[in-house]
Amino acid sequence: MQLLIQEVLAGLANGAIYALTALAIVMVFQAIDHLNFAQGEMATFSTFVAWQLIEWGVTYWAAFVLTVALSFAGGIAIERVLFRPLHKAPILALLVGFIALFSILNSGDGYIWNYTIKTFPTPFGTAPLFGSALLDGHQAGMIGVTAVLLGLLYFFFRGTRLGLAMRAAAANPESARLVGIRVGWMTALGWGMAAAIGAVGGMLIAPIVFLDPNMMLGVLIYGFSGAVLGGLTSPGGAVFGGFAVGVIESLAGTFIPYVGRDLNLTIALLVIVAVLMVRPTGIFGRTVASRV
Amino acid sequence: MKQPTRRTILSAAPAALAFGAPLLSARPARAAKSSGPGVTDTTIKIGNTCFYSGPASSYGTIGRAMAAYYKMVNEQGGVNGRKIIFISYDDAYSPPKTVEMTRKLVEQDQVFLDAGPLGTPTNSAIWHYMNQHKVPQLFVSTGATKWDDPKGHPWTIGWQPNYQSEGRIYAAYVLEHKPDGKIGVLYQDDDFGKDYLKGIVDGLGDKAAAMLKVKASYETTDATVDSEIIGMKAAGCDVFINTAIPKFAAQSIRKAAELEWKPLHILSSIGNSVAATLQPAGLENCKGILSDFYLKDPTDPAWKDDPGYKWWVAFMDKYYPGGDKTDGGNVYGPSNAATIVQVLQQCGDDLTRENVMKQAANLRDFRVPMLLPGITINTSPSDFAPVKQVQMGRFDGERWRLFGPLLTGAVG
Amino acid sequence: MTTPQQDSGPIAAAFRARARGAAWPTPRHWLLAGAVAVALVLPFFLQDFLVFQLTEVMIYGLAILGLNLLTGFNGQFSVGHGAFYGLGAYVTAILMSRYEVPYYWTLPAAGGICFVVGFLFGLPALRLEGLYLALATFALAVALPQVLKFHGLEAWTGGVQGIVVDQPDAPSFLPIGEDQWLYYFTLAVVLIMFAGAANIVKSRTGRAIMAIRDHPLAATAMGINAPLYKTLTFGVSALYTGVAGALGALAVQFVAPDSFGLFLSIYLLVGLIIGGMGSLPGCLFGGLFVLYVPNLAQEVSRGLAGVVYGVIMLLVIFVMPSGAAGFTRLVVARLSRSGRREPPS
Repeated sequence: MQLLIQEVLAGLANGAIYALTALAIVMVFQAIDHLNFAQGEMATFSTFVAWQLIEWGVTYWAAFVLTVALSFAGGIAIERVLFRPLHKAPILALLVGFIALFSILNSGDGYIWNYTIKTFPTPFGTAPLFGSALLDGHQAGMIGVTAVLLGLLYFFFRGTRLGLAMRAAAANPESARLVGIRVGWMTALGWGMAAAIGAVGGMLIAPIVFLDPNMMLGVLIYGFSGAVLGGLTSPGGAVFGGFAVGVIESLAGTFIPYVGRDLNLTIALLVIVAVLMVRPTGIFGRTVASRV
Repeated sequence: MKQPTRRTILSAAPAALAFGAPLLSARPARAAKSSGPGVTDTTIKIGNTCFYSGPASSYGTIGRAMAAYYKMVNEQGGVNGRKIIFISYDDAYSPPKTVEMTRKLVEQDQVFLDAGPLGTPTNSAIWHYMNQHKVPQLFVSTGATKWDDPKGHPWTIGWQPNYQSEGRIYAAYVLEHKPDGKIGVLYQDDDFGKDYLKGIVDGLGDKAAAMLKVKASYETTDATVDSEIIGMKAAGCDVFINTAIPKFAAQSIRKAAELEWKPLHILSSIGNSVAATLQPAGLENCKGILSDFYLKDPTDPAWKDDPGYKWWVAFMDKYYPGGDKTDGGNVYGPSNAATIVQVLQQCGDDLTRENVMKQAANLRDFRVPMLLPGITINTSPSDFAPVKQVQMGRFDGERWRLFGPLLTGAVG
Repeated sequence: MTTPQQDSGPIAAAFRARARGAAWPTPRHWLLAGAVAVALVLPFFLQDFLVFQLTEVMIYGLAILGLNLLTGFNGQFSVGHGAFYGLGAYVTAILMSRYEVPYYWTLPAAGGICFVVGFLFGLPALRLEGLYLALATFALAVALPQVLKFHGLEAWTGGVQGIVVDQPDAPSFLPIGEDQWLYYFTLAVVLIMFAGAANIVKSRTGRAIMAIRDHPLAATAMGINAPLYKTLTFGVSALYTGVAGALGALAVQFVAPDSFGLFLSIYLLVGLIIGGMGSLPGCLFGGLFVLYVPNLAQEVSRGLAGVVYGVIMLLVIFVMPSGAAGFTRLVVARLSRSGRREPPS
């Protein structure tokens, strides 16, 4: 029983990482109606920028704020320079753009900052929480930040004009343009926000998994799975999905005899695909009706 | 900073004379008695494949450090008056690409030999081809056990101590010091992880079933190995053999400390770098951890005044200034390349592929600056495992303290 | 990613030409015959290594063709076709090394097994669309190496060590080397399979497949059995890519879990998009891109190979947003339009 609790908590701790990544993925999806394969690499790059600032003597919070701001600007710049010229291209051409961006950032990180893993500071401390070593301060802090981000995003997309305009621009650019929304800028803003959220995620994930150019490679696979499991149209669903993936993976590895340990990733993915059979647009996703 | 010249390198490190001088004696080039492809009176062309891009690109520095070493050799006169032309291609850790690039080296570039190609699956892919075409596949940069096969694959030879023999050494240590221990092994679900595991199981012999409680594998795509560590502690393990790569080794050391789990902790040579693993994990968490070594860890303060280390620093400063001096790959690369140069040296003017294999199987007490004191490279026609010895060390919170005799795991 | 909208280009054009009762052979046929003739004599002028590279280009082209049938013609999105490629390769390797089956019989076996697996996978995939389908296929690609390494299957797959495959010898009556023989063998298989694909696309079935891509609801309303066609397309697509994998195992002479990772699937997809969705010749261009561009990137810079590769990808997609096939169509259209404009009416 104690093992079960421990493994669930370990799964939740990993799940927080996936949830944060899934949230960023859903954020981009809401803003640009695509899945950005380079999302993880953008977050890694931002985290390296923060690491470099801290190395140069900037205090943690100053570096944090500066990195988020720089990432926001960087996201807008990427949209304006790389993806704006492609906005009339077939959808799949964008995919090549994402993969190219992935390749450039990943290789560039390694070239600039090399591949030795780096420690990244945490603002929350690593003291064990609740007198046991099951959950430490940082993990708890990360779960907290995820919750706050989720709340803010929920409010932003539901309660503000800008958020609504952004969703409209992504969901139906033509109609949005007709009601006076500047679709191009909404997309750019979405990229900026996605990059900023990615940066927050990267800076919170790095203290746990250590910072290196491939930090987000595996995390993105799980984050993507979590986002899809929860439903790509639902930020709350994505967070739920992220935690669920973490727990499934942890439990499968420990409790399924014979195959569990070696095939934990495969089993986690099987579970997700099975869930999708029942709920084809994710657990909390909306089915988009199309007109004939 | 002043650029170190050759003179400063040599004067700073008297030992370098011993290692370097025989290789660097510049003799006027004579017409070769007989020569294979890629050899002229003034040059020897050698090839290599390495991971410069893709998910394993962190190892790319090994190829760059090798190139730097050959550059140094050439500046100092080359090998028997011949300059080395080193062609290294990127295979992105993809076996099909290795086949393509190696065939390019052999058939188009007409290299004399393949020098220290990197990776187990990648070398496995060209193993057959190289032996069929009788091209020397020298000192492959991987610790798989299968490279020591002079009968079946006479054109392929390994270099570093193999993982299985390391595994046996850990097993022997546990049997001696904790004969009733409950062992948990963390390994990568990969060729090298499974080789370590096999070595440990073989080394434990009859007691494997009783002692080996948890065999936990991870994938490189996993975020953390926390779940695996929790499982080992819960299973009551009091011996932890940790064969993970630095990232996951560091995570598991930190997690064990958080859980206040204090097993007999043995770290494999894959993940025992002070800068790459122990510092990120927190040095205070690493006290008492055991590991085995064959190369000097450049980030271990223990070697600060060592002549071999000083030679290496001077070499890095001059020939690979962009290289990361905390990265073990930059120690590995030149050490491996030095062995290639030694073989070419021994070949003299008889530069045929047959003679290369003959000389590669005829290394006697060869020393490389960054090998641990006392470890020498020896091969024979029936022994294709150049570096066999390792020494155990214990971390005292600041540096590794080596102890005990040089060990060999004797597999192959 | 939503449904790609493309017309089938040259095929449709050829079909229209045929329907108009255009003379046979058309210029298109001459072009094809010329290309085949060049392909037949090339090995006599090239080094073995280059012959081997061209063999690999054809193999990747065939794998991309499989993906194209599914994604380009039927509008189902897959990020996991590397898994079928790997499955085909392993079927060949296992049959040859464990059961000593002659290499040419392993191809139908690899294709058949991949067809069944693809068809079965297509059933649940029916319920999924767009990104959700992408995840399911993605899961396939991510899971395959783990399954191949799984200790329970090690007796067959050789686990992490992989399997060495013997390169087929040329028949003794032919005075050519192994590489040439494999080249011709691959060329023959590729020609047959491309002809098969062209026939499928031109047929009633092909029109049904494309109608489902262009408007699933309307297609169903017209009486097309969409689920059947979609799963069948999945199976045929997997068959094509699986046969390519089988040929790949023969060419590389080695299979291992690390040969068929996630990146293989992604590169096949890049090859498809850059070659041109819904275009048959575009597949071969995609094969060229998959094989040669990484080599080009590392020629430019070893340290920044990934950066160069990414930049090349971006440049290509900026210049030819709808792939090489789309670009060629555009150029041909421009030229013929300006050609028509020249004589003043």
